[in-house]
Amino acid sequence: MPIELFLCPKARHHKEGHPHHHPHTKGPSTATRTSGGREIRVVRRVLDVNDRMAARNRELFAEKNVFVLNLMSSPGSGKTTTLERTLERLVPEIRCGVIVGDICTTADADRLAVSGAPVVQVNTDEFGGDCHLAAHVIENALENFDLEALDLLIVENVGNLVCPAEFDIGEDRRVVVLSVTEGEDKPLKYPLMFRECDAALLNKVDLLPHLDFDADLAEANIWQIHPDMPVFRTSAKTGEGLDAWIGWIRDRMREKTGA
Amino acid sequence: MHEMGIALEIIEIVRSSIPESVKRPRVERVHLKIGRLSAVVTDSLRFCFEVASEETPLAGAELVVDEIPVEAQCNDCGHRWTIDEPVFVCASCRGGSLTLLSGRELDVHSFQLIDEENDHAH
Repeated sequence: MPIELFLCPKARHHKEGHPHHHPHTKGPSTATRTSGGREIRVVRRVLDVNDRMAARNRELFAEKNVFVLNLMSSPGSGKTTTLERTLERLVPEIRCGVIVGDICTTADADRLAVSGAPVVQVNTDEFGGDCHLAAHVIENALENFDLEALDLLIVENVGNLVCPAEFDIGEDRRVVVLSVTEGEDKPLKYPLMFRECDAALLNKVDLLPHLDFDADLAEANIWQIHPDMPVFRTSAKTGEGLDAWIGWIRDRMREKTGA
Repeated sequence: MHEMGIALEIIEIVRSSIPESVKRPRVERVHLKIGRLSAVVTDSLRFCFEVASEETPLAGAELVVDEIPVEAQCNDCGHRWTIDEPVFVCASCRGGSLTLLSGRELDVHSFQLIDEENDHAH
């Protein structure tokens, strides 16, 4: 799937029916003479275009009554396996769809398709591997779904604890997966990610007996960045903790859709 | 890692804000405001900007970055402070419910524009 939209704002402006050469300032531009030229005030968010597209996605999800989860983590945290186990427990009672962001393989999508849920793979390799999914990528991917036939859309973001945190995609909730094979200090190193998320999974806890990882310290670090954030200790391998995690998803869905 | 996309957006925002009356625009400087909590590596951004602005009115323009501190206010006791360490707990009452007042900025604030046509006329 081509990933050019975030990098091509002109095309979007046409689509939105805007004339092309207009200043994007919210109020009138003020220009003052200074030495060697004039200063033009703009005051505009760089990610304004992404934010507006995300808002549009969010409106569409609300209209179609679809709950959207944005699942993020570093590579190798067990995000895909967790998602496989999650889908096994939710499908077919809850009608799920999945968007998988990956730099260049379809391996994850193939694994998830076993669940029976529709899975759309988004490869971001056009520019040598984009590091996140932006709102327009989601909008494009949505063309492959019948939103009327979905209750829950899970977006498995590109494995990365930095960039995805910056890009709103129109989701309802954001979840970060941290595995016990990573450092306890990850939350402190990537504060934006842990601030921006609504829940965290501490995954691969079946490995704890074999590691020096201090799960309590990891939790304390998460709460230092985001006090009171729900943290679920899970093992996608043994199934430990998954019931609580799935209960959280169901509760949040109920909050949104009232169902 | 997404700095190239950010650089391209900055260029687009500036280009689309250049008045049409300017015949031969050249941008000397672009002022950005970047919050400390933003996931942007300034050096990468400068490099991407330099590459992406070639053959545009922004070629050779200087990126001036205002780093904005992370300011927070406690929702319980109203205490306001600057977060320097990654600790998002109220420094006064230890409460955990807080509002971030700044630190997430990633804004094009202004730019310095020259019309080379006018410059040559003088």
